Amino acid sequence: MTRVLVVGNGPAAHRLTERLHHHGHRGRVTVLGAEPHPAYQRVLLPSVLAGGLPPEAVLLPPHPAGTRVLPGTTATGIDRRRRVVLASDGADHAYDTLVLATGAAPVIPAVPGLRAPGGQLARGVRTVRTLADTAALPSGRVVVLGGGVLGVETALALRAAGHAVALVHPHAHLAGHLLDPAAGRMLADRMTDLGVTLHLGVGAAEYVPGKLLLREGPPLPTDALLLCTGVAPVTGPARGCGLAVRTGVVVDDRLTTNDPRIHAIGDCAEHAGQVPGVLSAAWEQADVLARVLTGHDARHTPRGTAVRLRSADVDLLCVAPPPEAGGAADGGHTVTFSDPAGRRYARLHLREDRIASAVLLGLPRAIAAVGQLHDSGAPVPSDRLALLLGARPATRPAPAASADAVVCACNNVTGRTLLDAVAAGARDTAALARATRATTGCGTCLEPVRRLLAAATPAGAGGAG
Amino acid sequence: MADEDPAVRTVSTHCPYCALQCGTRLTDRSGAVAVRPSAFPVNAGGLCQKGWTAPALLDARDRLRTPLVRGPGGTLAPADWDTALDTVATRLRAIRAAHGADAAAVFGGGGLTNEKAYLLGKFARLALGTSQIDYNGRFCMSSAAAAGLAAFGTDRGLPFPVTDLAAADVVLLAGANPAETMPPLMRHLERPALVVIDPRRTATARRAALHLQPAPGTDLALALGLLHLAVTEGHCDEDHIGRRTTGFDAARRRAMAWWPERVERVTGVPAADQRAAIRLLGGARSAYVLTGRGAEQHSKGADTVAAFINLALALGLPGSPAGGYGCLTGQGNGQGGREHGQKADQLPGYRLITDPAARRHVAGVWGVPPDTLPGPGRSAYELLDALGRPEGPRALLVFGSNPVVSAPHAGHVTARLSALDLLVVADFVPSETARLADVVLPTTQWAEEEGTMTSLEGRVLRRRRLRPPPGGARSDLHVLHELAVRLGEPGHRYPTEPRRVFEELRRASRGGPADYSGITYERLDAGEALYWPCPDEADQDRPGRPHPGTPRLFLERFAHPDGRARFAEVEHRESAETPGGAYPLYATTGRVLAHYQSGAQTRRVPELHEAAPEAFAEMHPDTAARAGLGEGALARVSSPRGSMLARVRLVGSMRTDTVFLPFHFPGAGRANLITGTALDPRSRMPEFKVSTVRVEPAPDEVAGDAP
Repeated sequence: MTRVLVVGNGPAAHRLTERLHHHGHRGRVTVLGAEPHPAYQRVLLPSVLAGGLPPEAVLLPPHPAGTRVLPGTTATGIDRRRRVVLASDGADHAYDTLVLATGAAPVIPAVPGLRAPGGQLARGVRTVRTLADTAALPSGRVVVLGGGVLGVETALALRAAGHAVALVHPHAHLAGHLLDPAAGRMLADRMTDLGVTLHLGVGAAEYVPGKLLLREGPPLPTDALLLCTGVAPVTGPARGCGLAVRTGVVVDDRLTTNDPRIHAIGDCAEHAGQVPGVLSAAWEQADVLARVLTGHDARHTPRGTAVRLRSADVDLLCVAPPPEAGGAADGGHTVTFSDPAGRRYARLHLREDRIASAVLLGLPRAIAAVGQLHDSGAPVPSDRLALLLGARPATRPAPAASADAVVCACNNVTGRTLLDAVAAGARDTAALARATRATTGCGTCLEPVRRLLAAATPAGAGGAG
Repeated sequence: MADEDPAVRTVSTHCPYCALQCGTRLTDRSGAVAVRPSAFPVNAGGLCQKGWTAPALLDARDRLRTPLVRGPGGTLAPADWDTALDTVATRLRAIRAAHGADAAAVFGGGGLTNEKAYLLGKFARLALGTSQIDYNGRFCMSSAAAAGLAAFGTDRGLPFPVTDLAAADVVLLAGANPAETMPPLMRHLERPALVVIDPRRTATARRAALHLQPAPGTDLALALGLLHLAVTEGHCDEDHIGRRTTGFDAARRRAMAWWPERVERVTGVPAADQRAAIRLLGGARSAYVLTGRGAEQHSKGADTVAAFINLALALGLPGSPAGGYGCLTGQGNGQGGREHGQKADQLPGYRLITDPAARRHVAGVWGVPPDTLPGPGRSAYELLDALGRPEGPRALLVFGSNPVVSAPHAGHVTARLSALDLLVVADFVPSETARLADVVLPTTQWAEEEGTMTSLEGRVLRRRRLRPPPGGARSDLHVLHELAVRLGEPGHRYPTEPRRVFEELRRASRGGPADYSGITYERLDAGEALYWPCPDEADQDRPGRPHPGTPRLFLERFAHPDGRARFAEVEHRESAETPGGAYPLYATTGRVLAHYQSGAQTRRVPELHEAAPEAFAEMHPDTAARAGLGEGALARVSSPRGSMLARVRLVGSMRTDTVFLPFHFPGAGRANLITGTALDPRSRMPEFKVSTVRVEPAPDEVAGDAP
């Protein structure tokens, strides 16, 4: 029986053990987790930080029964010859199959003052990566450094919770790797509407307790500085034992490294030159690897990444093309929509009526539809504007004006039948109901029937039924 | 009954169709029957087109009036009752002798009266000695029953009167379209803001304050997402959760993985709409969560219902006087039909056949040793699938059901029925299933018989006889009695008088979850509104008076031994099939206003046939255009299991990935020719609501034969 050792206890590792269990894996599964807590849902950390969720609410369900979990245990090295992982608990952990799910660690920018002399982060500075980062914030001004997805989500969550929030981003527009400049500008406007103070195109010069000095302009009063300045795959143990590592641990379509006994999934893995760094990719890799490890034929075939901002206040979706796909000049066409005052923006690039790439802001229905169209690869509706606005197109002429239209659906009574009944002497809705059964089903046609009666009878002659 | 004219007869009874059981007064003037809605609180003077036209059913042109026996030439020919019954009994005896008791099977229906359902279960267990009995209710609300039983300890569709809904602020309808399937219910939904979850923009969805339009098969993810938002937006009733429930933490942990943006990707429901829904529900002083077949008819139907129950429990609704969870039961006696022993795993009183105490009690009432009762049998689809196979039944008796049209993978089911050594169908019209039978036994229908029905709110109602049955039609009770006697049973075990059967049912249900022991025809005929449980004991508040029944369950405690409701730890999973390749679209089946179930009854009513004469397929204009189809064209809809023909209807509000097929039509128009056989692991509900299909033009011919 195969002993599977998983290094890392984040969402990718958790998904892997659940799927291994689901597929009937019978060997022992051991999980080494560097953090002291059980596995938790990392993407919910901004909500915990903002106070909307207690920390225990984001803990993942226990690993499947029989899984051995060693929290607070960091892998320090891999001995591929002896097939053991050396760990901070002093033990050698043997494996037949090793899965690296070590995730990514925050990148601390080289801004003077961010680190204390001991190398740890200075007082008042924290990252937004682990449960330990979600301790209650001090009252006062929060400054978020970094305008990528995490920075934007964190700033919006804290602002919604009532904090005074400033966001500092060294580039001219937000989330530049995902958004075109027009969308970036509109996102900035939307955030400003919501009360987030933006400092765009301005680098941080130095942090001193209580304030962040910028490269231009006055210093920002800062009671808490949150670093959302990107992450880098954790590859130390892999590098140390001679596995192929570029940005991340290099894996093939079966999530296998250059050592057939060692696999990597999630934020530490690099597949086809990409380190997607999104949870959906990590989950899919875990699903595929669980199938591979239980003897199924499975391949990881990424479909291009869709990034959906998690915020109650800003609807934003970015769909980037998969790496091998061409650029814009490929015979497709682009649908654009821009409503700066309404903070609504769309740019859809379509190829053979399918979504090739997309940026959507402030269009919640279109975002829901396009996300699914991207995932399914189905053609987009022919009425592009209806798609963008989420309108429900009418395909039949509105029948209300026609006497042949059904007024009472429950009893299939047309306006003509009602008029005939009026002509035959029905003078109130009770008489009409007796003659035609109209209004006797769900009852909601009572008003239309009253109107028809009023229009068809001399003034004051009835309609009180 | 003020009318003095002896040629005029009037009775108060209920509509023959759905679980609302609208109150009606029937008048027979020299053979011409007219119906008027009564002031019964459920319909409050309303009726839909089906109810108004129900008298036409009594005089259906091809009403069965005499038994039919398939002759040596292979055609069904009229026979007298003794010949027909002797034929059935002789062949049943031979099959049992050769293959054992389980070689004879029974398939019942949710439209049968309580008395019929009870006696059918008893007949199967004693006269046939078979474990092989199940019924079409398995295709109806079995998922809701499984989830409700697990959560609350008992399963009554609505654990409160229908009329309570009228005072609500908000009602969530998950996969229910009452504006078409039970229109008079909408009279109670005028005040509440409706949140409707349905892949289609149905008549009900058009009246909603908020319509959430998920992809077929994703309701479970949506329910998890709503619980997630109830937690993150602070709408959980912590006090209620703490005092009256268990299991919240585990359920919440599952839901926390379903944040709105993830739910949006899986379901297609905008995150903003999810938030709007939870704000409506959470902000209401009185709210109800109701599920229908749309949420239930899935291979994960029980978990989906459980997820909606979790949401309701987290909001503090079940057990409160002005809120709750309920299932909108479909068939006329879908509630009573699931309580009295025609289900594979049940004995009367909603008892489990595997429970030794339940077996002892029921065997005692029946006057047999407990070990003579067989154990649990196959569920409906598994039973139909096993017919005529080496290990499966070789004879089947069908009462009040038409599986040729209503069962999933209908082409296969038809083949299995054809492989039987003996198929017996008791019905009052020559349904598609009856036409396959070796022996057809003509039975009475609603206005020709006495009995009781239990409506979707758990209220026991009297069905009353207006006029005698025509020709040779006899009641199902009579058929069971005659067959039992021919199989060597003492005749007194199978009373033919409904009232006597009910008296026995009272004793058999005594002490069970669905306790009818305090209900009598006399009390019902005196106009009492009796909801089960109604034990045969004195009213605690009014000494000397009988127990008043239980209009509202769970106000003090839930039915589990510890009195607490159970959250369920459920996780979303995909349907058995997902679109792709040769089958790029979802098909989902459902109902139209003019028809009831397999249409065997309503297709015989001229007005209803005229309103909905043939099978159709609703689809988005883009979907049709891509398939080369236009409005009114005949489409062939094909799944991995088969094809059906339907007339195209263009509906701009359809999702472009989904085709809707009503299932009421026969022949090549049977929607169930394409549906699949994946079953819910707990409820054994088939996955009617999600199949993968393609659509293409078909040579024009009639879609679905006329009756």
